[in-house]
Amino acid sequence: MSNKVLMKGNEAIAEAAIRNGCLYYFGYPITPQTEIAEYMAKRMPKVGGLCLQAESEIAAINMVMGAAASGVRAMTSSSSPGISLKSEGISYIVGCDLPCVIVNVQRGGPGLGGIQPAQSDYYQATKANGHGDLHLFVVAPASVQEMASLTGTAFDVADKYRTPAMILADGALGQMMEPVNFNIEQKTDLPQKEWAANGHGGKRKKNIVNSLYLNATELEKSILKRFERYKEIENNEIRFEEYKVEDADIVIVAYGITSRICKSAIELARAKGIKVGIIRPITLWPYPKAALKKAAQTAKHFLVVELNMGQMVDDVKVSIDCKVPVSFYGRTGGVLPSADELLAEIEKINGGLNK
Amino acid sequence: MIVFDKPKSLSDVPLHYCPGCTHGIVHRLVAQAIDALDIEKDTIGIASVGCSVFAYNYFECDMIQAAHGRAPAVATGVKRTHPDKIVFTYQGDGDLAAIGTAETVHACTRGENITIIFINNAIYGMTGGQMAPTTLPGQVTTTSPYGRKPEIQGNPIRICEMLSTLEGVAYAERVSVDTPKNVLNAKRAIQKAFQNQIDKKGLSIIEVLSTCPTNWGMTPNDALGWVRDVMMPYYPLGVYKDITAKGGNK
Repeated sequence: MSNKVLMKGNEAIAEAAIRNGCLYYFGYPITPQTEIAEYMAKRMPKVGGLCLQAESEIAAINMVMGAAASGVRAMTSSSSPGISLKSEGISYIVGCDLPCVIVNVQRGGPGLGGIQPAQSDYYQATKANGHGDLHLFVVAPASVQEMASLTGTAFDVADKYRTPAMILADGALGQMMEPVNFNIEQKTDLPQKEWAANGHGGKRKKNIVNSLYLNATELEKSILKRFERYKEIENNEIRFEEYKVEDADIVIVAYGITSRICKSAIELARAKGIKVGIIRPITLWPYPKAALKKAAQTAKHFLVVELNMGQMVDDVKVSIDCKVPVSFYGRTGGVLPSADELLAEIEKINGGLNK
Repeated sequence: MIVFDKPKSLSDVPLHYCPGCTHGIVHRLVAQAIDALDIEKDTIGIASVGCSVFAYNYFECDMIQAAHGRAPAVATGVKRTHPDKIVFTYQGDGDLAAIGTAETVHACTRGENITIIFINNAIYGMTGGQMAPTTLPGQVTTTSPYGRKPEIQGNPIRICEMLSTLEGVAYAERVSVDTPKNVLNAKRAIQKAFQNQIDKKGLSIIEVLSTCPTNWGMTPNDALGWVRDVMMPYYPLGVYKDITAKGGNK
């Protein structure tokens, strides 16, 4: 395959995973991410890899755990209801300090919800994807190109810090086609994992991959050690994009597909002389707090736009110490706002600023 | 001279099991099989949740501790990425036959080339004597205090019988460790279950009728008697499937 191709977002994730050395995929069909499994089923046998359809999301994440524990790059993907099922396994994977990649192509919830794009798993992804003190490294692509490039980032960060990484996309990004440029042919220099349980070969002491610590002090120690790594991730791995923020009175904060509608609305507003820009978090955890805080020194208002009921608002308020007003506009249940709708909201806020 | 040695692949640490519990015997048999086949260096064991959760401390091979019931899925992940390594799970009845039934059945029907050691002691030991999927009709537990009534708590599940209907299962045998003779038979079965994996035959499962004197409220000796008198009639010993035998299926 040539390096520049026209692809669905879901397929871009799958192809990028393979090129980044992930030869093991375990999944279960669920709309709107099934193309990932289908692509893997087609491609894996041709590259000497494996795509295995599990009996459930629970089994799939535990197969990933086994694969990751034995030292290989492995991935699973699902959509919102399936991610809830994976939460148990994700928590164990964190507790065992295993690197892997989990894709959530979000749809509307709660419950069976719908199959249209949503961002209503923000809380789940960034705050509590499983029981216990834990974080995942969470990236939010906004284009098919980023579906590919952030997949590579997710695998690299996961391996470097021994943490699961989540690609938090949505049904729109998963289903739409755009040109994508794969910057690597096939990654082969994968990191060594001397902690892996893959047979000691008579050459080292046995390895144990485990998340059980009945001694409370020992468990606390293991968590504190993990949180030291989280600190490093916060120091090194924050990613975001700023667009027309410098002179902006109104700063929009939005991620994923929503940020693109916001950019259209920004052009419309700028044409009317309204100074509005956007900060787009690319990593949702760790969160680009410093960038928001800096923008709050000059901006007069922050507007959070999401495909949910306002799950990121608190993160924005905390980032800017509530220095300027933060308001929210969102659609949920699978409905996308139009640029005109957002323009009306921007004009309303701007009217208030100039009173 | 005959020396009663500790198997090399059994760790030299005190086991946490209660006096009279047969987990220790089964651990030893697994370690003996690993030694006999000289596979410790290539083996990855999967510990489950329940009394045997600390199995990761008791075997000298690499070990992974899985979530409750998920050991066969974790084993699948290890084996499919390392097909030339030896992978076994060690699971109790609550783990394998209740919360992990789906993972068990599907690993079996896929024919994962792994070995499952299944301890059936008809009770939840670790949490203190609750009803298990294999608790017998009439058996008193803390969550069936008036005896298990099938019309209320449902019926016990016979795992070897069920799994022997699945294409991917190469070998399913139910054994017991209540007498020296049965221990020797269990030893043979467990080693065969590992040999099958080396020979890439498919999934082998050995169900071991086991005791829980503590939660059954019996002396170790009475508990062995209960295995013989009460468990065996409901869970008959024997080979339920064996694709390596000529017409050897029950």
